[in-house]
Amino acid sequence: MAHRLAGLAVIAVIAVLLPAFFPSAYYTRVATLVFIFALAAVGLNLLMGFAGQVSLGHAGFVGIGGYSVAIGATYLGMPTWLCIFVSAALSGLVAFLVGRPILRLRGHYLAVATLGFGVLVGIVLTNEAAWTGGPDGMTVPRLTLLTWQVRGADAWYWIAASTFLGGAMLALNLNDSPTGRALKAIHDSEVAAAVLGIDVSYQKLAIFVVSAIYASVAGSYLALFNGHITPDVSGFLSSIELAAMVVLGGMGSVAGSLVGAAVLVVLPQTLTVLHEYEHMVLGLILMGFMIFLRRGIVPSLAGAVARRRP
Amino acid sequence: MTILETERLSIAFGGLRAVDEVSLAVDSGIVFSIIGPNGAGKTTLFNLISGLYTPQDGRVRFGGDDVTGLSPHRLARRGLSRTFQNLQIFFRMTVLENVMVGRHRHEGAGIWSELLHLPSVGRCNRNTREAARAALARVGLQGGADQLAGTLSYGALRRVEIARALASEPRILLLDEPAAGCNPVETQELDGVIRSIVNDGITVVLVEHDMRLVMNISDRIHVLANGRTLTEGTAAEVRSNAAVVEAYLGAHGVSEAAHAVR
Repeated sequence: MAHRLAGLAVIAVIAVLLPAFFPSAYYTRVATLVFIFALAAVGLNLLMGFAGQVSLGHAGFVGIGGYSVAIGATYLGMPTWLCIFVSAALSGLVAFLVGRPILRLRGHYLAVATLGFGVLVGIVLTNEAAWTGGPDGMTVPRLTLLTWQVRGADAWYWIAASTFLGGAMLALNLNDSPTGRALKAIHDSEVAAAVLGIDVSYQKLAIFVVSAIYASVAGSYLALFNGHITPDVSGFLSSIELAAMVVLGGMGSVAGSLVGAAVLVVLPQTLTVLHEYEHMVLGLILMGFMIFLRRGIVPSLAGAVARRRP
Repeated sequence: MTILETERLSIAFGGLRAVDEVSLAVDSGIVFSIIGPNGAGKTTLFNLISGLYTPQDGRVRFGGDDVTGLSPHRLARRGLSRTFQNLQIFFRMTVLENVMVGRHRHEGAGIWSELLHLPSVGRCNRNTREAARAALARVGLQGGADQLAGTLSYGALRRVEIARALASEPRILLLDEPAAGCNPVETQELDGVIRSIVNDGITVVLVEHDMRLVMNISDRIHVLANGRTLTEGTAAEVRSNAAVVEAYLGAHGVSEAAHAVR
Protein backbone atom coordinates (compact mmCIF):
# COMPACT_ATOMS: atom_id res chain seq x y z
CA MET A 1 0.00 0.00 0.00
CA ALA A 2 1.36 3.39 -0.98
CA HIS A 3 2.08 5.88 1.76
CA ARG A 4 -0.81 8.26 2.35
CA LEU A 5 1.35 11.24 1.38
CA ALA A 6 2.88 9.69 -1.77
CA GLY A 7 0.49 11.55 -4.09
CA LEU A 8 1.19 14.79 -2.27
CA ALA A 9 4.95 14.37 -2.81
CA VAL A 10 4.29 14.12 -6.57
CA ILE A 11 2.23 17.32 -6.46
CA ALA A 12 5.03 19.04 -4.50
CA VAL A 13 7.63 18.11 -7.13
CA ILE A 14 5.34 19.39 -9.91
CA ALA A 15 4.75 22.63 -7.99
CA VAL A 16 8.51 23.19 -7.67
CA LEU A 17 9.27 22.46 -11.34
CA LEU A 18 6.26 24.23 -12.84
CA PRO A 19 7.47 27.88 -12.72
CA ALA A 20 10.39 26.97 -15.01
CA PHE A 21 7.84 26.46 -17.80
CA PHE A 22 5.92 29.69 -17.27
CA PRO A 23 6.52 32.04 -20.26
CA SER A 24 5.29 35.12 -18.36
CA ALA A 25 4.20 36.46 -14.99
CA TYR A 26 0.60 36.04 -16.16
CA TYR A 27 0.99 32.26 -15.89
CA THR A 28 2.48 32.59 -12.42
CA ARG A 29 -0.53 34.68 -11.41
CA VAL A 30 -3.00 32.11 -12.70
CA ALA A 31 -1.14 29.23 -11.00
CA THR A 32 -1.15 31.18 -7.73
CA LEU A 33 -4.91 31.62 -7.98
CA VAL A 34 -5.25 27.88 -8.63
CA PHE A 35 -3.42 27.05 -5.40
CA ILE A 36 -5.41 29.61 -3.37
CA PHE A 37 -8.75 28.26 -4.59
CA ALA A 38 -7.53 24.69 -4.21
CA LEU A 39 -6.85 25.42 -0.53
CA ALA A 40 -10.47 26.50 -0.04
CA ALA A 41 -11.67 23.51 -2.06
CA VAL A 42 -9.69 21.04 0.09
CA GLY A 43 -11.34 22.49 3.19
CA LEU A 44 -14.79 22.26 1.62
CA ASN A 45 -13.97 18.71 0.54
CA LEU A 46 -13.42 17.74 4.18
CA LEU A 47 -17.00 18.81 4.83
CA MET A 48 -18.65 17.61 1.61
CA GLY A 49 -16.53 14.70 0.42
CA PHE A 50 -15.61 13.20 3.79
CA ALA A 51 -18.53 14.00 6.08
CA GLY A 52 -21.15 14.29 3.31
CA GLN A 53 -22.49 17.66 4.47
CA VAL A 54 -23.25 20.15 1.69
CA SER A 55 -22.30 23.81 1.97
CA LEU A 56 -23.40 26.25 -0.72
CA GLY A 57 -22.25 29.23 1.32
CA HIS A 58 -18.57 28.60 1.84
CA ALA A 59 -17.56 31.70 -0.09
CA GLY A 60 -19.01 33.54 2.92
CA PHE A 61 -15.96 32.41 4.87
CA VAL A 62 -13.69 33.41 1.98
CA GLY A 63 -15.27 36.86 2.28
CA ILE A 64 -14.79 37.01 6.04
CA GLY A 65 -11.15 35.96 5.62
CA GLY A 66 -10.53 38.56 2.94
CA TYR A 67 -12.31 41.52 4.49
CA SER A 68 -10.98 40.85 8.00
CA VAL A 69 -7.45 41.25 6.65
CA ALA A 70 -8.40 44.37 4.71
CA ILE A 71 -10.26 46.01 7.62
CA GLY A 72 -7.80 44.86 10.29
CA ALA A 73 -4.81 46.27 8.41
CA THR A 74 -6.46 49.43 7.11
CA TYR A 75 -8.56 50.62 10.06
CA LEU A 76 -7.10 48.83 13.08
CA GLY A 77 -3.44 49.07 12.13
CA MET A 78 -2.79 45.39 12.70
CA PRO A 79 0.17 43.72 10.93
CA THR A 80 -1.11 41.93 7.83
CA TRP A 81 0.35 38.51 8.75
CA LEU A 82 -1.38 38.68 12.14
CA CYS A 83 -4.65 39.57 10.37
CA ILE A 84 -4.55 36.23 8.54
CA PHE A 85 -4.56 34.35 11.85
CA VAL A 86 -7.12 36.61 13.49
CA SER A 87 -9.50 36.29 10.54
CA ALA A 88 -9.05 32.50 10.57
CA ALA A 89 -10.03 32.46 14.24
CA LEU A 90 -12.95 34.78 13.51
CA SER A 91 -14.18 32.56 10.67
CA GLY A 92 -13.89 29.53 12.94
CA LEU A 93 -15.96 31.30 15.57
CA VAL A 94 -18.62 32.33 13.04
CA ALA A 95 -18.70 28.75 11.71
CA PHE A 96 -19.16 27.46 15.23
CA LEU A 97 -22.06 29.84 15.94
CA VAL A 98 -23.75 29.32 12.54
CA GLY A 99 -23.02 25.60 12.41
CA ARG A 100 -24.66 24.70 15.70
CA PRO A 101 -28.21 25.42 14.54
CA ILE A 102 -27.93 24.66 10.81
CA LEU A 103 -25.92 21.42 10.87
CA ARG A 104 -28.97 19.71 12.37
CA LEU A 105 -30.48 20.04 8.90
CA ARG A 106 -29.77 17.46 6.25
CA GLY A 107 -29.36 17.26 2.50
CA HIS A 108 -31.20 19.93 0.53
CA TYR A 109 -32.30 21.75 3.69
CA LEU A 110 -28.69 22.14 4.82
CA ALA A 111 -27.76 23.27 1.30
CA VAL A 112 -30.36 26.05 1.36
CA ALA A 113 -29.44 27.12 4.92
CA THR A 114 -25.73 27.44 4.05
CA LEU A 115 -26.68 29.23 0.85
CA GLY A 116 -28.58 31.72 3.01
CA PHE A 117 -25.50 32.23 5.16
CA GLY A 118 -23.34 33.02 2.12
CA VAL A 119 -25.90 35.49 0.75
CA LEU A 120 -26.10 37.14 4.18
CA VAL A 121 -22.34 37.71 4.33
CA GLY A 122 -22.44 39.15 0.81
CA ILE A 123 -25.20 41.60 1.78
CA VAL A 124 -23.41 42.74 4.93
CA LEU A 125 -20.16 43.31 3.02
CA THR A 126 -22.03 45.30 0.34
CA ASN A 127 -24.09 47.41 2.75
CA GLU A 128 -21.53 48.26 5.43
CA ALA A 129 -19.88 50.65 3.00
CA ALA A 130 -18.22 52.73 5.75
CA TRP A 131 -16.00 49.76 6.58
CA THR A 132 -15.99 47.74 3.37
CA GLY A 133 -16.22 50.30 0.59
CA GLY A 134 -19.56 48.86 -0.53
CA PRO A 135 -19.98 47.21 -3.92
CA ASP A 136 -16.73 48.73 -5.23
CA GLY A 137 -14.72 46.97 -2.55
CA MET A 138 -11.59 48.23 -0.88
CA THR A 139 -7.83 48.29 -1.27
CA VAL A 140 -5.81 45.80 0.73
CA PRO A 141 -2.34 46.62 2.07
CA ARG A 142 0.56 44.39 1.08
CA LEU A 143 1.54 41.38 3.14
CA THR A 144 4.55 42.09 5.35
CA LEU A 145 6.44 39.23 6.97
CA LEU A 146 8.78 40.75 9.58
CA THR A 147 10.62 43.26 7.36
CA TRP A 148 9.93 41.58 4.01
CA GLN A 149 7.21 43.23 1.96
CA VAL A 150 5.76 40.50 -0.20
CA ARG A 151 5.28 41.75 -3.75
CA GLY A 152 5.04 40.17 -7.15
CA ALA A 153 3.51 36.96 -8.43
CA ASP A 154 6.65 34.87 -7.88
CA ALA A 155 6.69 35.27 -4.10
CA TRP A 156 2.95 34.69 -3.90
CA TYR A 157 3.24 31.55 -6.01
CA TRP A 158 5.53 29.98 -3.40
CA ILE A 159 3.42 31.13 -0.47
CA ALA A 160 0.19 29.82 -2.03
CA ALA A 161 1.72 26.53 -3.20
CA SER A 162 3.34 25.73 0.14
CA THR A 163 0.20 26.65 2.09
CA PHE A 164 -1.85 24.43 -0.20
CA LEU A 165 0.60 21.55 0.31
CA GLY A 166 0.43 22.06 4.07
CA GLY A 167 -3.37 22.17 4.04
CA ALA A 168 -3.55 19.11 1.81
CA MET A 169 -1.20 17.24 4.14
CA LEU A 170 -3.37 18.01 7.16
CA ALA A 171 -6.43 16.79 5.24
CA LEU A 172 -4.71 13.54 4.23
CA ASN A 173 -3.58 13.02 7.82
CA LEU A 174 -7.13 13.47 9.02
CA ASN A 175 -8.40 11.01 6.42
CA ASP A 176 -6.24 8.28 7.98
CA SER A 177 -7.34 8.81 11.58
CA PRO A 178 -10.21 7.99 13.94
CA THR A 179 -11.90 11.31 13.12
CA GLY A 180 -11.54 10.65 9.38
CA ARG A 181 -13.21 7.27 9.76
CA ALA A 182 -15.93 8.80 11.93
CA LEU A 183 -16.65 11.46 9.28
CA LYS A 184 -16.89 8.88 6.50
CA ALA A 185 -19.16 6.80 8.74
CA ILE A 186 -21.45 9.81 9.24
CA HIS A 187 -21.54 10.24 5.45
CA ASP A 188 -22.99 6.72 5.00
CA SER A 189 -25.18 6.21 8.09
CA GLU A 190 -25.67 8.67 10.91
CA VAL A 191 -27.58 6.21 13.12
CA ALA A 192 -24.93 3.51 12.77
CA ALA A 193 -22.23 6.07 13.57
CA ALA A 194 -24.16 7.23 16.64
CA VAL A 195 -24.71 3.76 18.10
CA LEU A 196 -20.97 3.12 17.77
CA GLY A 197 -20.26 6.02 20.10
CA ILE A 198 -19.64 8.79 17.55
CA ASP A 199 -20.96 12.18 18.64
CA VAL A 200 -22.43 13.02 15.23
CA SER A 201 -23.31 16.68 15.86
CA TYR A 202 -19.91 17.40 17.44
CA GLN A 203 -18.02 15.82 14.54
CA LYS A 204 -20.06 17.74 11.96
CA LEU A 205 -19.53 21.01 13.81
CA ALA A 206 -15.79 20.41 14.23
CA ILE A 207 -15.25 19.71 10.53
CA PHE A 208 -17.45 22.69 9.58
CA VAL A 209 -15.18 24.92 11.69
CA VAL A 210 -12.02 23.40 10.16
CA SER A 211 -13.35 23.82 6.63
CA ALA A 212 -14.30 27.44 7.37
CA ILE A 213 -10.71 28.11 8.50
CA TYR A 214 -9.38 26.74 5.19
CA ALA A 215 -11.76 29.02 3.28
CA SER A 216 -10.81 31.98 5.45
CA VAL A 217 -7.06 31.60 4.85
CA ALA A 218 -7.76 31.30 1.12
CA GLY A 219 -9.82 34.51 1.31
CA SER A 220 -7.07 36.36 3.18
CA TYR A 221 -4.49 35.27 0.57
CA LEU A 222 -6.79 36.26 -2.26
CA ALA A 223 -7.25 39.76 -0.82
CA LEU A 224 -3.54 40.27 -0.11
CA PHE A 225 -2.47 38.83 -3.48
CA ASN A 226 -4.88 40.93 -5.53
CA GLY A 227 -4.38 44.03 -3.37
CA HIS A 228 -8.10 44.65 -3.70
CA ILE A 229 -11.28 42.93 -2.63
CA THR A 230 -14.97 43.22 -3.59
CA PRO A 231 -18.09 41.56 -2.12
CA ASP A 232 -18.15 39.24 -5.16
CA VAL A 233 -15.67 36.88 -3.45
CA SER A 234 -18.39 35.89 -1.00
CA GLY A 235 -21.20 35.91 -3.54
CA PHE A 236 -23.49 33.07 -4.47
CA LEU A 237 -21.56 32.33 -7.67
CA SER A 238 -18.28 32.00 -5.79
CA SER A 239 -19.85 29.51 -3.39
CA ILE A 240 -21.17 27.47 -6.30
CA GLU A 241 -17.74 27.59 -7.93
CA LEU A 242 -16.12 26.20 -4.77
CA ALA A 243 -18.65 23.39 -4.54
CA ALA A 244 -18.18 22.69 -8.26
CA MET A 245 -14.40 22.41 -7.76
CA VAL A 246 -14.95 19.76 -5.09
CA VAL A 247 -17.46 17.72 -7.10
CA LEU A 248 -15.66 18.11 -10.43
CA GLY A 249 -12.29 17.07 -8.99
CA GLY A 250 -13.78 14.26 -6.93
CA MET A 251 -15.61 14.12 -3.60
CA GLY A 252 -13.25 12.95 -0.89
CA SER A 253 -10.17 13.28 -3.12
CA VAL A 254 -7.63 15.86 -1.93
CA ALA A 255 -5.75 15.78 -5.25
CA GLY A 256 -9.15 16.12 -6.92
CA SER A 257 -9.70 19.48 -5.23
CA LEU A 258 -6.51 20.79 -6.83
CA VAL A 259 -7.55 19.47 -10.24
CA GLY A 260 -11.07 20.88 -9.82
CA ALA A 261 -9.67 24.28 -8.85
CA ALA A 262 -7.23 24.18 -11.78
CA VAL A 263 -10.02 23.46 -14.27
CA LEU A 264 -12.34 26.14 -12.93
CA VAL A 265 -9.64 28.81 -12.69
CA VAL A 266 -7.77 28.08 -15.94
CA LEU A 267 -10.69 27.29 -18.28
CA PRO A 268 -12.44 30.69 -18.02
CA GLN A 269 -9.06 32.38 -18.64
CA THR A 270 -8.30 30.36 -21.77
CA LEU A 271 -11.86 30.47 -23.09
CA THR A 272 -11.86 34.28 -23.29
CA VAL A 273 -10.61 33.86 -26.88
CA LEU A 274 -14.11 32.61 -27.74
CA HIS A 275 -15.62 35.97 -26.72
CA GLU A 276 -19.42 35.72 -26.47
CA TYR A 277 -19.39 31.90 -26.56
CA GLU A 278 -17.08 31.69 -23.53
CA HIS A 279 -19.69 30.83 -20.89
CA MET A 280 -21.57 28.45 -23.14
CA VAL A 281 -18.44 26.44 -23.92
CA LEU A 282 -17.40 26.47 -20.26
CA GLY A 283 -20.81 25.08 -19.28
CA LEU A 284 -20.63 22.39 -21.96
CA ILE A 285 -17.15 21.31 -20.86
CA LEU A 286 -18.25 21.04 -17.22
CA MET A 287 -21.29 19.00 -18.24
CA GLY A 288 -19.05 16.75 -20.32
CA PHE A 289 -16.72 16.16 -17.40
CA MET A 290 -19.58 15.18 -15.12
CA ILE A 291 -21.23 12.93 -17.72
CA PHE A 292 -18.08 11.01 -18.62
CA LEU A 293 -16.25 11.16 -15.28
CA ARG A 294 -19.23 11.02 -12.98
CA ARG A 295 -17.33 10.30 -9.76
CA GLY A 296 -15.16 13.35 -10.40
CA ILE A 297 -11.99 13.67 -12.46
CA VAL A 298 -9.42 12.10 -10.09
CA PRO A 299 -11.44 9.15 -8.65
CA SER A 300 -12.81 8.25 -12.11
CA LEU A 301 -9.39 8.28 -13.79
CA ALA A 302 -7.79 6.43 -10.85
CA GLY A 303 -10.52 3.81 -11.11
CA ALA A 304 -9.96 3.44 -14.85
CA VAL A 305 -6.20 2.97 -14.34
CA ALA A 306 -6.79 0.39 -11.58
CA ARG A 307 -9.10 -1.62 -13.88
CA ARG A 308 -6.52 -1.68 -16.68
CA ARG A 309 -3.95 -3.34 -14.44
CA PRO A 310 -4.22 -7.12 -14.35
CA MET B 1 -27.47 -9.24 38.48
CA THR B 2 -29.69 -7.12 36.26
CA ILE B 3 -27.77 -5.22 33.57
CA LEU B 4 -30.67 -3.73 31.60
CA GLU B 5 -34.10 -2.83 32.82
CA THR B 6 -37.10 -1.02 31.37
CA GLU B 7 -39.94 0.21 33.50
CA ARG B 8 -43.36 0.84 31.93
CA LEU B 9 -41.62 2.07 28.78
CA SER B 10 -44.05 3.72 26.33
CA ILE B 11 -44.05 5.60 23.05
CA ALA B 12 -46.89 6.44 20.68
CA PHE B 13 -46.76 7.51 17.04
CA GLY B 14 -49.84 9.51 16.10
CA GLY B 15 -52.17 7.73 18.49
CA LEU B 16 -50.71 4.27 17.84
CA ARG B 17 -49.14 3.00 21.04
CA ALA B 18 -46.15 1.25 19.44
CA VAL B 19 -44.64 0.32 22.79
CA ASP B 20 -47.06 0.35 25.68
CA GLU B 21 -45.87 0.06 29.28
CA VAL B 22 -43.25 -2.59 28.61
CA SER B 23 -41.28 -3.62 31.69
CA LEU B 24 -38.47 -6.13 31.44
CA ALA B 25 -35.27 -6.99 33.27
CA VAL B 26 -32.29 -8.61 31.55
CA ASP B 27 -29.85 -10.53 33.70
CA SER B 28 -26.16 -10.17 32.98
CA GLY B 29 -24.54 -12.82 30.78
CA ILE B 30 -27.64 -14.39 29.22
CA VAL B 31 -29.39 -14.48 25.86
CA PHE B 32 -32.62 -12.58 26.25
CA SER B 33 -34.94 -12.76 23.26
CA ILE B 34 -37.83 -10.52 22.37
CA ILE B 35 -40.35 -12.09 20.01
CA GLY B 36 -43.75 -11.18 18.67
CA PRO B 37 -45.63 -10.88 15.39
CA ASN B 38 -44.79 -8.16 12.85
CA GLY B 39 -45.69 -4.76 14.23
CA ALA B 40 -45.51 -5.94 17.85
CA GLY B 41 -43.05 -3.14 18.64
CA LYS B 42 -39.80 -5.13 18.88
CA THR B 43 -37.63 -2.79 16.82
CA THR B 44 -39.30 0.25 18.38
CA LEU B 45 -38.37 -1.15 21.79
CA PHE B 46 -34.76 -1.52 20.58
CA ASN B 47 -34.80 2.06 19.32
CA LEU B 48 -36.03 3.24 22.73
CA ILE B 49 -33.40 1.24 24.62
CA SER B 50 -30.53 2.34 22.36
CA GLY B 51 -31.53 6.02 22.55
CA LEU B 52 -32.66 6.55 18.96
CA TYR B 53 -36.16 7.34 20.26
CA THR B 54 -36.93 9.19 23.48
CA PRO B 55 -39.67 7.45 25.48
CA GLN B 56 -42.80 9.44 26.26
CA ASP B 57 -43.19 7.54 29.49
CA GLY B 58 -41.23 5.09 31.61
CA ARG B 59 -37.55 4.60 32.42
CA VAL B 60 -34.56 2.70 31.06
CA ARG B 61 -31.81 1.59 33.45
CA PHE B 62 -28.48 0.28 32.22
CA GLY B 63 -25.85 -1.07 34.60
CA GLY B 64 -27.79 0.34 37.53
CA ASP B 65 -27.92 3.92 36.15
CA ASP B 66 -31.00 5.69 34.85
CA VAL B 67 -30.18 6.30 31.17
CA THR B 68 -33.64 7.40 29.98
CA GLY B 69 -33.31 9.95 27.16
CA LEU B 70 -29.54 9.61 26.87
CA SER B 71 -28.30 10.02 23.28
CA PRO B 72 -27.16 6.90 21.37
CA HIS B 73 -23.47 7.83 21.37
CA ARG B 74 -23.44 8.27 25.15
CA LEU B 75 -25.12 4.89 25.61
CA ALA B 76 -22.58 3.35 23.23
CA ARG B 77 -19.76 4.80 25.32
CA ARG B 78 -21.30 3.11 28.38
CA GLY B 79 -21.10 -0.23 26.57
CA LEU B 80 -24.43 -0.66 24.79
CA SER B 81 -24.11 -1.66 21.14
CA ARG B 82 -26.58 -2.83 18.53
CA THR B 83 -27.14 -4.00 14.96
CA PHE B 84 -29.96 -3.04 12.64
CA GLN B 85 -32.78 -4.97 11.01
CA ASN B 86 -32.43 -2.85 7.88
CA LEU B 87 -28.66 -2.94 7.44
CA GLN B 88 -26.76 0.24 8.28
CA ILE B 89 -23.46 -0.46 6.55
CA PHE B 90 -20.88 2.19 5.61
CA PHE B 91 -20.97 1.27 1.93
CA ARG B 92 -18.19 3.64 0.84
CA MET B 93 -15.72 1.98 3.21
CA THR B 94 -14.02 -1.40 3.13
CA VAL B 95 -15.17 -4.26 5.35
CA LEU B 96 -12.21 -3.71 7.67
CA GLU B 97 -12.81 0.06 7.87
CA ASN B 98 -16.45 -0.58 8.76
CA VAL B 99 -15.37 -2.64 11.74
CA MET B 100 -12.61 -0.14 12.62
CA VAL B 101 -15.31 2.51 13.14
CA GLY B 102 -16.63 0.25 15.89
CA ARG B 103 -13.44 1.00 17.85
CA HIS B 104 -14.29 4.70 17.98
CA ARG B 105 -15.09 4.83 21.69
CA HIS B 106 -11.65 3.40 22.50
CA GLU B 107 -9.77 5.84 20.28
CA GLY B 108 -8.83 9.08 21.96
CA ALA B 109 -6.38 10.84 19.65
CA GLY B 110 -7.92 14.33 19.42
CA ILE B 111 -8.36 16.29 16.21
CA TRP B 112 -5.14 18.35 16.51
CA SER B 113 -2.85 15.36 16.85
CA GLU B 114 -4.80 13.72 14.02
CA LEU B 115 -4.29 16.69 11.70
CA LEU B 116 -0.54 16.53 12.43
CA HIS B 117 -0.52 12.73 12.42
CA LEU B 118 1.52 12.52 15.62
CA PRO B 119 3.03 9.10 16.42
CA SER B 120 0.16 8.41 18.84
CA VAL B 121 -2.26 8.43 15.88
CA GLY B 122 -0.20 5.81 14.02
CA ARG B 123 -0.19 3.63 17.11
CA CYS B 124 -3.91 4.11 17.58
CA ASN B 125 -4.55 3.15 13.92
CA ARG B 126 -2.49 -0.04 14.28
CA ASN B 127 -4.28 -1.10 17.47
CA THR B 128 -7.65 -0.37 15.89
CA ARG B 129 -6.79 -2.36 12.76
CA GLU B 130 -5.69 -5.34 14.86
CA ALA B 131 -8.80 -5.30 17.04
CA ALA B 132 -11.00 -4.99 13.94
CA ARG B 133 -9.34 -8.02 12.32
CA ALA B 134 -9.91 -10.00 15.52
CA ALA B 135 -13.59 -8.99 15.56
CA LEU B 136 -13.98 -10.09 11.92
CA ALA B 137 -12.37 -13.44 12.72
CA ARG B 138 -14.84 -13.94 15.56
CA VAL B 139 -17.80 -13.82 13.22
CA GLY B 140 -16.02 -16.01 10.64
CA LEU B 141 -15.14 -13.30 8.11
CA GLN B 142 -11.37 -13.54 7.66
CA GLY B 143 -11.05 -13.10 3.90
CA GLY B 144 -11.99 -10.04 1.87
CA ALA B 145 -11.43 -7.53 4.64
CA ASP B 146 -10.13 -4.98 2.12
CA GLN B 147 -13.12 -5.29 -0.22
CA LEU B 148 -15.62 -2.46 -0.40
CA ALA B 149 -18.49 -3.39 1.93
CA GLY B 150 -20.99 -2.87 -0.89
CA THR B 151 -19.70 -5.94 -2.71
CA LEU B 152 -20.63 -8.41 0.07
CA SER B 153 -23.70 -10.67 0.27
CA TYR B 154 -26.58 -9.88 2.59
CA GLY B 155 -25.66 -12.63 5.04
CA ALA B 156 -22.03 -11.47 5.16
CA LEU B 157 -23.11 -7.87 5.77
CA ARG B 158 -25.16 -9.01 8.79
CA ARG B 159 -21.92 -10.42 10.18
CA VAL B 160 -20.02 -7.23 9.41
CA GLU B 161 -22.56 -5.40 11.56
CA ILE B 162 -22.09 -7.88 14.39
CA ALA B 163 -18.28 -7.63 14.10
CA ARG B 164 -18.53 -3.84 14.09
CA ALA B 165 -20.66 -3.88 17.24
CA LEU B 166 -18.31 -6.40 18.89
CA ALA B 167 -15.31 -4.23 18.08
CA SER B 168 -16.72 -1.62 20.44
CA GLU B 169 -16.36 -4.19 23.26
CA PRO B 170 -19.92 -3.76 24.52
CA ARG B 171 -21.28 -5.04 27.83
CA ILE B 172 -24.60 -5.65 26.15
CA LEU B 173 -25.32 -6.31 22.48
CA LEU B 174 -28.73 -5.77 20.89
CA LEU B 175 -29.15 -7.91 17.76
CA ASP B 176 -32.10 -6.93 15.57
CA GLU B 177 -33.04 -9.91 13.37
CA PRO B 178 -29.50 -11.13 12.67
CA ALA B 179 -30.81 -14.18 10.78
CA ALA B 180 -33.05 -12.23 8.37
CA GLY B 181 -31.94 -12.93 4.82
CA CYS B 182 -29.49 -15.63 5.90
CA ASN B 183 -29.59 -19.16 4.47
CA PRO B 184 -29.96 -22.16 6.86
CA VAL B 185 -26.20 -22.75 7.00
CA GLU B 186 -25.52 -19.12 7.87
CA THR B 187 -28.26 -19.23 10.53
CA GLN B 188 -26.68 -22.33 12.03
CA GLU B 189 -23.30 -20.57 12.17
CA LEU B 190 -24.98 -17.55 13.74
CA ASP B 191 -26.09 -19.78 16.58
CA GLY B 192 -22.42 -20.58 17.28
CA VAL B 193 -21.39 -16.92 16.97
CA ILE B 194 -24.04 -15.80 19.48
CA ARG B 195 -23.04 -18.53 21.91
CA SER B 196 -19.38 -17.50 21.73
CA ILE B 197 -20.36 -13.87 22.36
CA VAL B 198 -22.26 -14.86 25.50
CA ASN B 199 -19.39 -17.09 26.60
CA ASP B 200 -17.22 -13.99 26.62
CA GLY B 201 -19.54 -12.44 29.18
CA ILE B 202 -21.45 -10.13 26.81
CA THR B 203 -25.18 -10.04 27.42
CA VAL B 204 -27.19 -10.54 24.21
CA VAL B 205 -30.67 -9.16 23.60
CA LEU B 206 -32.10 -10.74 20.47
CA VAL B 207 -35.02 -9.80 18.27
CA GLU B 208 -35.55 -12.63 15.81
CA HIS B 209 -38.24 -14.29 13.71
CA ASP B 210 -36.39 -17.58 13.22
CA MET B 211 -38.11 -19.58 15.98
CA ARG B 212 -35.67 -22.47 15.80
CA LEU B 213 -32.77 -20.14 16.56
CA VAL B 214 -34.70 -18.34 19.31
CA MET B 215 -35.91 -21.51 21.05
CA ASN B 216 -32.46 -23.09 20.88
CA ILE B 217 -30.41 -20.25 22.20
CA SER B 218 -32.51 -18.13 24.57
CA ASP B 219 -32.31 -18.21 28.35
CA ARG B 220 -35.35 -15.95 28.63
CA ILE B 221 -37.98 -15.00 26.07
CA HIS B 222 -40.13 -11.90 26.30
CA VAL B 223 -43.24 -11.96 24.10
CA LEU B 224 -44.75 -8.73 22.74
CA ALA B 225 -48.04 -8.28 20.91
CA ASN B 226 -49.47 -4.93 19.81
CA GLY B 227 -46.83 -3.08 21.80
CA ARG B 228 -47.70 -4.79 25.08
CA THR B 229 -46.07 -7.58 27.04
CA LEU B 230 -47.86 -10.87 26.55
CA THR B 231 -45.68 -13.05 28.75
CA GLU B 232 -42.11 -13.86 29.64
CA GLY B 233 -40.38 -17.11 30.52
CA THR B 234 -38.02 -19.82 29.39
CA ALA B 235 -38.32 -21.37 25.93
CA ALA B 236 -40.34 -24.27 27.34
CA GLU B 237 -42.70 -21.97 29.24
CA VAL B 238 -43.30 -19.68 26.29
CA ARG B 239 -43.86 -22.60 23.95
CA SER B 240 -46.53 -24.10 26.18
CA ASN B 241 -48.24 -20.80 26.96
CA ALA B 242 -51.70 -20.94 25.40
CA ALA B 243 -51.92 -17.19 24.83
CA VAL B 244 -48.60 -17.14 22.97
CA VAL B 245 -49.49 -20.13 20.85
CA GLU B 246 -52.77 -18.56 19.89
CA ALA B 247 -51.72 -14.94 19.49
CA TYR B 248 -48.37 -15.38 17.94
CA LEU B 249 -46.93 -18.72 17.00
CA GLY B 250 -49.91 -20.22 15.20
CA ALA B 251 -49.98 -23.76 13.87
CA HIS B 252 -46.89 -23.29 11.68
CA GLY B 253 -44.80 -21.77 14.47
CA VAL B 254 -45.71 -24.53 16.91
CA SER B 255 -44.52 -27.23 14.57
CA GLU B 256 -41.30 -25.33 13.91
CA ALA B 257 -40.69 -24.83 17.61
CA ALA B 258 -41.39 -28.51 18.25
CA HIS B 259 -38.62 -29.36 15.79
CA ALA B 260 -36.22 -27.35 17.83
CA VAL B 261 -36.71 -29.42 20.97
CA ARG B 262 -34.74 -32.45 19.81
